[in-house]
Amino acid sequence: MIVAYAILLVGIGTVVFHFVSPWWWTPIASNWGFIDDVIIITFWVTGVVFVAVVLFMAYCVYRFRYKEGQRAEYNPESKKLEIWLSVLTSVGVAIMLAPGLWAWDEFVTVPEGTAEFEVLGQQWSWMYRFPGKDGKLGKSSTKLIDDDNPFGLDPKDPNGQDDVLIEDSELHLPLNKPVKVLLRSVDVLHDFYVPELRAKMDMVPGAVTYLWFEPIRVGTFDILCFELCGTGHYDMRGSLVIEEADAFNEWFEAQSTFAETLARISPEGEIEHKIAANAAENSF
Amino acid sequence: MSLVDQLTEKPWLTEGCEVEGCVGEAPLDLRAPHLGLKVLLGVASALFMLVVVAYAYRMTFGDWQPMHQPWLLWVNTLILVLGSWGMHRAWGGAYSGQLGVLKSGMVLGGGCAVVFLGGQLLVWKELVSQGFFASYGVSVAFFYVVTALHAAHVFGGLIAWYRASLKIWRDDDIDNVRITVELCATYWHFLLCMWIILFGLLLLT
Amino acid sequence: MAIVDSPVVQDIPAAEVPDPNEDLYHAKSWVTKYLFCQDAKVIAIQYSCTALGIGLLGLVLSWVMRLQLGFPEVFSFIEPAHYYQFITMHGMIMVIYLLTALFLGGFGNYLIPLMLGARDMVFPYVNMLSYWVYLLAVLVLIASFFVPGGPTGAGWTLYPPQAILSGTPGSDGGIILMLVSLSLFIVGFTMGGLNYVVTVLQARTRGMTLMRMPLTIWGIFTATVHALLAFPALFVGAIMMTLDRLLETSFFMPVISEMGEILSYEGGSPLLFQHLFWFFGHPEVYIVALPAFGIVSDLLSVHARRHVFGYRMMVWAIVIIGALSFIVWAHHMYVSGMNPWFGFFFATTTLIIAVPTALKVYNWTLTLWRANIRLTLPMLFGLAFIITFVNGGITGLFLGNVAIDVPLSDTLFVVAHFHMVMGIAPILVVFGAIYHWYPLMTGRMLDEGLGKFHFWVTFLGSYIIYLPMHYLGFIGVPRRYFEMGETTFIPESAQDLNAFMTIVTLIVGFAQLVFLYNLITSRKNGVEAGPNPWKATSLEWQTAKTPPEHGNFGKTLPVVYRWAYAYGLPNAAQDFVPQNLPPELVATHVGNQVPDTDGES
Repeated sequence: MIVAYAILLVGIGTVVFHFVSPWWWTPIASNWGFIDDVIIITFWVTGVVFVAVVLFMAYCVYRFRYKEGQRAEYNPESKKLEIWLSVLTSVGVAIMLAPGLWAWDEFVTVPEGTAEFEVLGQQWSWMYRFPGKDGKLGKSSTKLIDDDNPFGLDPKDPNGQDDVLIEDSELHLPLNKPVKVLLRSVDVLHDFYVPELRAKMDMVPGAVTYLWFEPIRVGTFDILCFELCGTGHYDMRGSLVIEEADAFNEWFEAQSTFAETLARISPEGEIEHKIAANAAENSF
Repeated sequence: MSLVDQLTEKPWLTEGCEVEGCVGEAPLDLRAPHLGLKVLLGVASALFMLVVVAYAYRMTFGDWQPMHQPWLLWVNTLILVLGSWGMHRAWGGAYSGQLGVLKSGMVLGGGCAVVFLGGQLLVWKELVSQGFFASYGVSVAFFYVVTALHAAHVFGGLIAWYRASLKIWRDDDIDNVRITVELCATYWHFLLCMWIILFGLLLLT
Repeated sequence: MAIVDSPVVQDIPAAEVPDPNEDLYHAKSWVTKYLFCQDAKVIAIQYSCTALGIGLLGLVLSWVMRLQLGFPEVFSFIEPAHYYQFITMHGMIMVIYLLTALFLGGFGNYLIPLMLGARDMVFPYVNMLSYWVYLLAVLVLIASFFVPGGPTGAGWTLYPPQAILSGTPGSDGGIILMLVSLSLFIVGFTMGGLNYVVTVLQARTRGMTLMRMPLTIWGIFTATVHALLAFPALFVGAIMMTLDRLLETSFFMPVISEMGEILSYEGGSPLLFQHLFWFFGHPEVYIVALPAFGIVSDLLSVHARRHVFGYRMMVWAIVIIGALSFIVWAHHMYVSGMNPWFGFFFATTTLIIAVPTALKVYNWTLTLWRANIRLTLPMLFGLAFIITFVNGGITGLFLGNVAIDVPLSDTLFVVAHFHMVMGIAPILVVFGAIYHWYPLMTGRMLDEGLGKFHFWVTFLGSYIIYLPMHYLGFIGVPRRYFEMGETTFIPESAQDLNAFMTIVTLIVGFAQLVFLYNLITSRKNGVEAGPNPWKATSLEWQTAKTPPEHGNFGKTLPVVYRWAYAYGLPNAAQDFVPQNLPPELVATHVGNQVPDTDGES
């Protein structure tokens, strides 16, 4: 008897907890609300199954508890029942899978003409790079990384000269403008994640991965590393400021370009930069 | 009774111990080693196939440099073929009861396996002396992994071979080693096939 | 695979080894009887004790880890590096060295020969070696705690490049010993697995057709085939990573700038390792789950006094789940940066697996329908398993559905999911199985009062640890964080919840010590069980002596006349009919065992 009640309690308790739980997802700040919707759909489908199974068990434990001399029904299988259950389960699976695949298709298909910027992960900090006026990010290579060139940019690539480098963990993005984030790591796996954006992707050294989203809410959010990357993993934080276009532009203008950083570092760098700049001019 | 029939049987409908697919005459101790070897070869095949898949995947990356295969490998391949033939003869000898054929086959099979291992070691020494360390490039590293894994399997076979040989030479006892010799021969053939696949892969890339 | 599809399967062997005295290994001294023993039952107990011993270490590590999470900055001796080492070793120990070893090496060795009516495993010597290699693997694992730098802290997934670079604790010796230990484990397991497969296919007694085997055997058998094919992937990965670490090859290592220094690696692929790891890692989930599925089916059936409902579907589902689990591995890699188009394929296969799995759940519950349920300890654990497994299974449908995995992966939701589905659920089955078979192994019952305490605390305790943990995952709390520190999105109440979970963890942990106490003391003080105390039908309860002696059965092997689930047969004299009861005695025979097991010819 107690056992049947306990099973009932666990089932009901789980459902009640689900509805009264103070812990729920953070208010969304990107266009990926559909992912949240798929989660809700999945909750309903699986929730119904969970409740049905638990209630059925509780009933059986109560109703068919042991009695001396009683004998169980001998009915080894029921094809009809099993077919019905398979069909119902398959329908349930399809209801969850279809919107899931649709959402994934959206997630991996970046709309044409989406602006790009780069996030660079390294143990244990974040850096960011935006394309300059030319709208193109310059070539980069992990081999070129040194103290003066933390992004490993190719000084000979004219596209890279006007790249805006942000050697700081604070990132700003304009509201309502879709962005494609190119993800690059120089050492180990990292993962760029802002809980409010619902979008994450690992950064793999030796490759460039991507994700895209559209910020839909102004605010300041935490950036966290979501792939174990060593002792300092938990401390690899940054912040994302989503703001109106004007405020963003103001912040953006205040950042320095690759050419400027090179010039600041060494006279030779400046020369190189000039050569590169000339080359760039000539090429247009 | 086919496997499908066995697996769709409704077990609650049959009673008795003489049901179809139930009584076999073969004593289990005769069959089990064969099946055991099959399972082992299945595991070894999975291992080698995974190496091959990893090799093919890794090849698609930009830094892949094809590697020149030492000519000695051809000699080693021939030795392996010879060993396989020897073990096959020993198998025949064990079943026809010709102790002489069995012994000569065993010597050839085991001897070739030992020479093969020595040959592979020579290849390694040569490569190292030419500066091709494992860190030289990933194709070289793969070469070492592939040959080492294969050699380890050959070495494992030699242990079984050694135990069988002891029995043959000490007791002149064919009956007790027949199955071991047969399994050794199968294993030798398997390793030859594997080597040809792996060597082919190394050659072609 | 050739293993299953061979004509040999059709030749079910004769019931009898011609002369048991000649064919059976016999212990000659104390050393060969208890230490270097070739009897599968002794090997099973050696495996189980070693696994439970190392599992205890895993349990203690989880307490330390929880202390840090529940009360950050209180325990100053737990440094970040230690924390990562503890989570890594906890995961690795629990998944491989405890659960895999216990289900296959422990229960597999004990139950396969007994349930199939065989005298022993087919290759006893190799079986013995299997245990000793496993023990060596465990010792190497423990040794890694004592090398400079300590054990590896790379997470149980051991992802390169991180696992072998200096930013990760234990990258000196720890990671190498870890990889060596894993390789040894695989070698040892292969020896044992060879035995399990061949014994199931070849050494069944007369009358034991495939479909008369108890589901326990089906689960262990399928899991073993799995493990034999999946472990080589980990083996290959371990070898390559060892070379990357020691010889600076570049299998997995691309160009890396570590702390401002360019390393000598070039062009390798970290994703290659992930593919190899998960090609092993996903089947590994089922290597743990399938034996649990099988065992729990038997526990429910015996104690509900009713046949398993839909036996054939249960067998097919085990085999289908087994086959499908080899084509779902990349669902662990949705956000790994692999080609995004793989996501469609793997999400679909993953959700398809839900169908046979759900059918198993339905059939377990339908087994209870119109049954005669005895609420014994094994039954309680079986019921708890169903609830936990359903809960953990449905959260798997969230994570397997590729788009939902994007926000949820690497959060505490994942941690809660896999603990529920492959931590708590299988462990509940392990406990149920121990309460069930302890009388067979020792001849005495475990104490019921202590057992009930153990059950309620373990089941309810672990449920209220992991249920709310899912919701922390929804907030976006990441896994593998030493401490959360300041964030904008996590409410303070989450920290209170963490503290609560830690306290419950310690209570549940205490209940495990009570269980161990019960295990040890009942061996001497437990109530005498007598033969077949649960009135079960399967052969392991039909041995001449309880506990069974060397050779398992009497002079002749039992002959099987029916399936293992003849409970509640309308025309039988009692509510269960042992598999080896001759048909002519069914209507009249009363008693726990078949009379005169020895006289059968």
